[in-house]
Amino acid sequence: MTSEMFQLILMTVVTAATPLILAAIGELVTERAGVLNLGVEGMMIMGAALGFAGAYASGSTTIGALCGIVAGTLMAALFGLLTIGLAINQVASGLALTIFGLGLSGLLGTGFVGLKRDAAPQLHIQGLSDLPYMGELVFGEDPFVYAAILLVAGTAWFLSRTRAGLALRATGDNHQSAHALGLPVRRTRFLATLFGGACAGLAGAYLTLAYTPFWSPGMTAGRGWIALALVVFASWRPWRIVLGALLFGGATVLQLHAQAASFGLPGQLLSAAPYLATIVALLFLSSGARRNAAAPAALGQPFIAPR
Amino acid sequence: MINEREMHAAPLLSLRGIVKRFGSFTANDQISLDIHEGEAHALIGENGAGKSTLVKIIYGLLEPTEGVIAFHGQPVRLAGPEAARAQGVGMVFQHFSLFDNLTVAENIALVLPRKTPLSGLRDRIAEVADRYRMPLDPDREVWSLSAGERQRIEIARCLLQDPRLIILDEPTSVLTPQEAYALFETLDRLKDEGRALLYISHKLEEVRRLCETATILRLGRKVGSCDPRQESSRSLAALMVGSAICDIRSPATRDLGSERLTVSHLSLASEDIHGVDLDDVSLSVRCGEIFGIAGVAGNGQSEFFAALSGERLAQSHEAIRLDRLAVGKSDITERRKRGAAFVPEERNGHAAAGDFSLTGNFVLSRHATVGLISRGLIHFGKARALTAEVIATFDVRKAGEDPAARTLSGGNLQKFVVGREILSEPKILVINQPTWGVDAAAAATIRQALVDLAARGAAVLLISQDLDELFEICDRIAVMHEGRLSKAREARGVTREEIGLLMTGDGPEGSAHAH
Repeated sequence: MTSEMFQLILMTVVTAATPLILAAIGELVTERAGVLNLGVEGMMIMGAALGFAGAYASGSTTIGALCGIVAGTLMAALFGLLTIGLAINQVASGLALTIFGLGLSGLLGTGFVGLKRDAAPQLHIQGLSDLPYMGELVFGEDPFVYAAILLVAGTAWFLSRTRAGLALRATGDNHQSAHALGLPVRRTRFLATLFGGACAGLAGAYLTLAYTPFWSPGMTAGRGWIALALVVFASWRPWRIVLGALLFGGATVLQLHAQAASFGLPGQLLSAAPYLATIVALLFLSSGARRNAAAPAALGQPFIAPR
Repeated sequence: MINEREMHAAPLLSLRGIVKRFGSFTANDQISLDIHEGEAHALIGENGAGKSTLVKIIYGLLEPTEGVIAFHGQPVRLAGPEAARAQGVGMVFQHFSLFDNLTVAENIALVLPRKTPLSGLRDRIAEVADRYRMPLDPDREVWSLSAGERQRIEIARCLLQDPRLIILDEPTSVLTPQEAYALFETLDRLKDEGRALLYISHKLEEVRRLCETATILRLGRKVGSCDPRQESSRSLAALMVGSAICDIRSPATRDLGSERLTVSHLSLASEDIHGVDLDDVSLSVRCGEIFGIAGVAGNGQSEFFAALSGERLAQSHEAIRLDRLAVGKSDITERRKRGAAFVPEERNGHAAAGDFSLTGNFVLSRHATVGLISRGLIHFGKARALTAEVIATFDVRKAGEDPAARTLSGGNLQKFVVGREILSEPKILVINQPTWGVDAAAAATIRQALVDLAARGAAVLLISQDLDELFEICDRIAVMHEGRLSKAREARGVTREEIGLLMTGDGPEGSAHAH
């Protein structure tokens, strides 16, 4: 295998991992605030549909990405109104949001099926991007990849270093105490949920704007669920999300190559490999002594302020 | 001094005609009181008297339905805890308002004003900890700390805001006697600095030690105020309850028979990451004996209860014996059929299913032992009759014919779950924290029932944090600390201080374990 080919494979791994990183980092923030939003898949597919529609209509990838973010945020706002405003069960609402998003995106995207546009351009820095072995991998990705890494770094910094991040973690750990200290529990949770929606929307837009530059219904293909699993896999820590997403992305790409090489294994089994790998990783990590130690203690519990 | 100040300056805090209603229930009814600078003011009353509601109003957590709150004579509307803190009110909560997964420093940073730089915080914590002699490690995560250490965080957090009035809600309820003693020294120092204290407790000795004024609440109303130093604990108790409480009658001598419950070398790893592993626990309880297990909550008591009741199975079948029969690996029903009965600590959700009727709850625990079920069908008539017997015998107050368990007050539900087990005439009763959060009258009923049961020849194992309770009714007392059980001591031959030392792990055996 030439170094060029190796670099190409690594780049496809990064591309496969990016939507997962984006969606998972948003869900991580939501969950650290104590909200379990199972609607990631629904927010993501809405971001994919509207992101493509916006980009196609305007001809601008940036506007498309913004449309995707807005779509995800609106979906999250709906979820927030139900679960934070009205204290409705989060699991049921999240599942409903996914089903709703899958249906609505299919409806809104009907007119865009079969259309094509160019994928988002990749960075090119004279000299640096042409370096052998790693040049293109490090300096030749599309802008979403860099945005995802910046987002993870920013989130890690926000959660561990700022007062607002501390308040957010406290809200997810014990909402009664947070309320007793005068922290705005519901506002914090609502904003965290919106952030999660924006990230999921951007992740969806990435699929239609860079990953596969066209729209087809149901194209998120369970990536929202994988992102949800990644948050647990990462024990709610931002940088571990990147690790987990690369692992899953790597498994996805490897199984494609394995199918091409046709080892005689059924293709369906190979397609299932990344999911199996994720489950095994989850089992392995959750059997440790301090299992769930990092899990926000108030995760999924509705908060009703006594007044 | 105080009288002079009362004449010249408006009180630091005055409440006038505070009313708080939750629906049709009136938690506070026309309560007025004044607190002056530097005054230690006690708020006493039974559980459910409205003490916690009142302090939540003062701290801005609840809005009064009617009435005026004034600071230095100025009426103020408190929109939330931040508004109360701005008026110089600090609060140390009864159930700690701490975040388990955050560090000590992070927990403290959360309540400081927004602009406070987090960088110098470490030094300020160290300074406060040093001034009031409360050792604190800013980098530890809260879940790894003891109740006494957690309370120090609450107090340090409160003090960093430099409050003029500090509210302490039942601060000693989870402390060992030694920790409580250290707390009083800190509080004395605060009083010397001219800060006012509002001290909520139903432990009257503490109130007499610390406070110069007391406001007494009963059923949401203020029934009087007094200088607690001029009153006896007995007269204060009578004011609180509204009538004198009878003493527990115990038989003069009890014949202790054969061993009924034997635990030998029971070790069990906890399933909970924040739980405590049981380490080589051995004890035996004989016929007619009440055996007490003291200890600060979270030292393995719930794990021990689960192992005894069969909610968790022991590693070896012989580790637990009921009337000499090994049951370590038998399930709950099997143990009940051998004549054992169990009352867990949490009445709502563990001892009783909140949404089930009382009859339903009766069936849940007694189905296997009184022939309530034949061919898979429940004899509801019989269940109802037996439930009615429990209700009548233990004077369970309820609304409606057969209400859901959660609608009963804490004391009444506790009387029901205890009565349900005791009326089955168990040969062995294991009971965890039977009078926690229960009013004095119900607590006395329950303790009397335990004494009477033992007098009829049963073995009773009582797990409790309440040393008064243990000394009142137990024959022998052992202390559980970090999953280990001390040697049992005759209750008549041991002092509170000795038990207290064992509760902190500093007793003679505690240090022996360490070597």
